[in-house]
Amino acid sequence: MYRYDQYDQAIVDARVAEFKDQVARRLRGEITEDQFKPLRLMNGLYLQLHAYMLRVAIPYGTLSGTQMRMLAHIARKYDRDYGHFTTRQNIQYNWIKLEQFADLLDDLSKVEMHAFQTSGNCIRNISSDQFAGAAADEVADPRPYAELLRQWSTLHPEFSFLPRKFKIAVIASDTDRAAIQLHDIGLQLRRNDAGELGFRVYVGGGMGRTPVIGSVVRDWIPVGQFLSYSEAILRVYNRHGRRDNIYKARIKILVNELGVEEFTAQVEAEWAELAPLGLDAPQAEYDRIIAQFAPPAFDLAAPDTLDLSDPDFAVWVKQNVHAHKAPGYAIATISLKPKRGIPGDASSAQMDAVADLAEKYAHDEIRVTHSQNLVLAHVKKADLYALWQGLDAVGLATPNLDLVSDIIACPGMDYCTLANARSIPIAQKIAAKFEDLETQRDIGELKIKVSGCINGCGHHHAGHIGILGVDKKGEEAYQLLLGGSGAEDTTLAKILGPGFDEDGIVVAVEKLIGFYRGARSGPQERFLDTYRRLGPAPFKEAVYG
Amino acid sequence: MVDHQDQQAVAGAASPPLDDAPARLRFRSDAPFESPIAPLADFLAGGNFAAVRVDPGEDVRTLLPHLDRLKLVEIAFPKFRDGRGYSSARILREAGFEGEIRAAGDVLVDQLGFMRRVGFDSFAPNRPLDPAVVAATLARFPHVYMKAADGLAPVWALRHQAGA
Amino acid sequence: MPRLLTGNRLETGDVLWWTGRDWSPLIRDAVAIGDEGDALIASLVAAERINDPALIDVTGTPGNWLPTTTRERVRASGPSVRADLARGSLSTDVI
Repeated sequence: MYRYDQYDQAIVDARVAEFKDQVARRLRGEITEDQFKPLRLMNGLYLQLHAYMLRVAIPYGTLSGTQMRMLAHIARKYDRDYGHFTTRQNIQYNWIKLEQFADLLDDLSKVEMHAFQTSGNCIRNISSDQFAGAAADEVADPRPYAELLRQWSTLHPEFSFLPRKFKIAVIASDTDRAAIQLHDIGLQLRRNDAGELGFRVYVGGGMGRTPVIGSVVRDWIPVGQFLSYSEAILRVYNRHGRRDNIYKARIKILVNELGVEEFTAQVEAEWAELAPLGLDAPQAEYDRIIAQFAPPAFDLAAPDTLDLSDPDFAVWVKQNVHAHKAPGYAIATISLKPKRGIPGDASSAQMDAVADLAEKYAHDEIRVTHSQNLVLAHVKKADLYALWQGLDAVGLATPNLDLVSDIIACPGMDYCTLANARSIPIAQKIAAKFEDLETQRDIGELKIKVSGCINGCGHHHAGHIGILGVDKKGEEAYQLLLGGSGAEDTTLAKILGPGFDEDGIVVAVEKLIGFYRGARSGPQERFLDTYRRLGPAPFKEAVYG
Repeated sequence: MVDHQDQQAVAGAASPPLDDAPARLRFRSDAPFESPIAPLADFLAGGNFAAVRVDPGEDVRTLLPHLDRLKLVEIAFPKFRDGRGYSSARILREAGFEGEIRAAGDVLVDQLGFMRRVGFDSFAPNRPLDPAVVAATLARFPHVYMKAADGLAPVWALRHQAGA
Repeated sequence: MPRLLTGNRLETGDVLWWTGRDWSPLIRDAVAIGDEGDALIASLVAAERINDPALIDVTGTPGNWLPTTTRERVRASGPSVRADLARGSLSTDVI
């Protein structure tokens, strides 16, 4: 994991001091709310329905046990004893007080954490693959490059008042676990025939009001120049992105209006200006950061076998454990989607428990996934049973990864001021219809994603089944979408037909799943595959016929 | 009504009208330049001006052939949320312009640090700034992560300088 | 239809309702606002101590107000999915 040096810590400390001063000036009435709002947003602080909401950055979703324990402490001391892990691999707290915020920032900075640029019209927290460093199919660990981007984008003087927010994701394998084609910039690390590393660069993907799959603007940029190339993309966007309409201000609209070819030409022209200016970090800096992500010293003698005699454990292993690149090790996913729970929520006790287990069994490293679950990436197979028991003791051993009850849901109108409808109760009602694990396993992989408004924080456009909350004359209503994917085969879900009320949408999902189970070609054909094979018509008939 | 929070980049509240005599803040040792400032179109039409004003939608690169006869480029900020002027200033510095670059209009004290980094060296905010807050703001950050137009060495240079 | 004045306290973010003389965290303490509402909001905006002040429609009677929209019922009661965190004067059941 990356550890701060004196420079990183000095910058964070200065930033904390700056925001404390801004808060103090706001509390004294020296600046207006209109002036303060962009400042607090750039420090992750929103005003939501019930209180201030704070979004703490978890760079590329990786954190240590010590950091997780601090997140638990924040929940206990400043909030109501829980936090919410988000689809951007961050954590949110729902009940923060502005007058306590300075102390909270001090606490976070003690463990090399902060909330900078988790909101606002700037470059947001960089996201990445939750299996980074552990997946067998990656060409290299993508996180050093995410860290280079984090540093480059932190307090960037030219790009802190962009037309709109800006999200970057980095992966290093052909399997896409970070939905890079649905980001403003998606970077895929690759290795060429000469053994060199470079990125394929996607630009202009995104969900929200106008969902778009990103376009490749460059098939290869050497790793040594990807920061200046990113600078060129951002400059074209900052100068020419639309500022007359907030719904058309994301870079995807600029790419679409210019056309990919013209947009790419403008980026290349800008890069020609920037490339000679020495903006890229030197190799020594790459080496310094890469060294900090060196894999842990794996025990080469670790047995590669597992005792699966406990049937409950065996079910969890089958569903939530993935192969690791090192023999004798495994990747364990901790589901934050327990029965009747709130997707992504964790209590302080659960966060503490995960911190303890990560220190004991997983080389002190935890990942947050965009599906609102947690991952322990380096677990000895010999320790998996003890880990599972420890997770089970705090209600974190639900064996439902990627199943129908592993639902993404944004906070929705239970918390969020932008929402048009509640998301969490829909997720809970659908999960309750399929509580029986055997049924879930029979249905197989099925990604249901629920958003409470068109902004799409619940990734409904990337759902095999997507649900979008809308406002219908003051009443909550829900649209049904089918066929989305945020993986390497990215597709955008499409609306199936007229919307429903709260109970109606649950019945509709039941009908879809019932139809699928009868229509699939075999047990291996996923819901999404059946939809792709048959098209929407029979699914529409099943729901509305 | 929905409060769009971070979506207010464009829909922000209207700014107050420009003050006739805005408070000036200048970080140059040469004498202030006091002749008329031409709108970009008038300057490009061939008028004999040594100072020009660039609005957010205007392409500052059209000035690049004329930098040697310019003493002042004033970059307008009608709304503090509109960040196009930051790129304009940095492009001028990258092209070697050493004259005065002034940020004028809805310029907030909390933006001064960023603005200094992209090359602004004078400010005409339409609301007066508290000198103590200005001083604290500009002294805030001991290090920077990335190069810009101010010549500061980014931390990656400090980390790997000879003998470090 | 009666209207109540609501907003969030700057220092804490707390949801508040106007009682005629002061602010209360309980909707049951609120008073219906008449024609003075817009002037009240203008003065609150100018004072910069209450964020997002707004007039909302309610049904019911003093002490038993019920906002007409789901959003305002959620604000008055607390998150519908966390009855344990309910605000006290309005049950999450009404959402």
